[in-house]
Order: sequence, then C-alpha cells, then structure tokens
Amino acid sequence: MRGLLARRMKFHLLGAFVVSLGCAALYKFGVAEPRKRAYAEFYRNYDPMKDFEAMKASGVLESAPAK
Amino acid sequence: MLASRAFSLVGRRSISTSLCLRAHGHAGVVKAEDYTLPAYVDRRDVPLPEVAFVRDLSAQQRALKEKEKASWSALSVDEKVELYRMKFNETYAEMKKGTNEWKTILGGVLFFLGLTGVILIWQKHFMYGPIPQTFSEEWLSAQTKRMLDMRANPVEGVSAQWDFDKNEWKK
Repeated sequence: MRGLLARRMKFHLLGAFVVSLGCAALYKFGVAEPRKRAYAEFYRNYDPMKDFEAMKASGVLESAPAK
Repeated sequence: MLASRAFSLVGRRSISTSLCLRAHGHAGVVKAEDYTLPAYVDRRDVPLPEVAFVRDLSAQQRALKEKEKASWSALSVDEKVELYRMKFNETYAEMKKGTNEWKTILGGVLFFLGLTGVILIWQKHFMYGPIPQTFSEEWLSAQTKRMLDMRANPVEGVSAQWDFDKNEWKK
C-alpha cells in the first residue's frame, strides 16, 4: 500500500527514458546514417556535366533542346 | 426569514429554485442534498474514503459496531469481515480486477470496420464512374520514363532504382 506513486513513477520514468532513447537510436541508425551514406556514395563520383548531357539528350529540358 | 434575506443578497442566481421554494416552507434551513455530502468512492488512490460504505446500519449491524468498541480479539472472523464490508464496498483485489470488456470493444470495432468495407465496395461497384486516364498503363509508363529522364530523386528515390547503363530496374 505504501509508495504507490513512487513505485509507479519509478517504473514509468525508467520506461519513458528507455523508449525515447530507443526511438532516437533506432531513427539514427535506421534512417539518418543510411541516408548520409547514400548521399556520400552518390556524390563521390558524380559528374554534373555528364548528367546534364544525358538529360538534354532525352529532351526534357525546354531551354536546352536535344538537337 | 434570515435565509430569504440571504437569498436576495446573493441574487437568487446561485441557489436552485427548488431549494428556495423549500426554504420558505420550513424554518429556513434546507435539507442537505446527497450530492453535497461527502461520498464513498472505490478508488485505488483513495485508500480511506470520507464515509463508510453502509450509511444506515440495521439493528444487527449497530450491535456489531458496539461490540467493535470492546477488545477486537473477542470478534470472530465472520464479524470482522462483516465490519469490513460495512466500511468498504470492494476490496483492493476486487477493485483492480479486470473485466472482459475489451473483447466487446474489439468485436464492435472490427464489426464496424467490416461494415464500412462493405459500404465502400458497394460504392466502387455501383456508384463511382471510371477513373482518370492518367492511371492507365501507357500513361504511367510514359510518366515514369519522363521522371527517369529528368533524373528525379537520384540519391534515394526512383532514379536511384534504375540502371541507366543497362536500361532496366536495378536488381
């Protein structure tokens, strides 16, 4: 009967910390890190001029026609 | 007399009309309504409620209360339980016991979800007209080709899933 609030509070306080830290960790290692790696990989050997020529050739650029 | 003067001071708004009417009949003292008196409540965070559970004791119970004033070792187990039940309605165990209500609720929710599904299927079949041409296969492939030509979302999106050298989706 004693310490009803204390016991409940301890349980929920601990749970709250675990859940929020867990969510943060999950997001960091599930979303943030892979995204950073993907961007690094993409720009490592990126040639913008080559990309531009490819887009121009396909005809989607109005101010830079394919011919 | 005093009470009616008090009523006019307060302005009659804060006291219910029925109480006013009754006050004029008696000596000006209104019988306290049940909801104004301290109440018994079965709550886990209120271990000792303001009043006992049983308000009006029978003759037997009153005799038991008298016996309670003497030494408690003279009370039998049944008498102790009777005294407990006079003071409290449910034990903590009874208070905390769960019910089967969740089954009813879950069943009701699923039933209405199903009913909604039936309605939606009926609507699609009998009511709605054709969808726009922009959802046809030809349109969608032309649309995707244009997105790839523009290199839309080249890092993580659609253009990242297409192999531009082999002209096919990446495995």
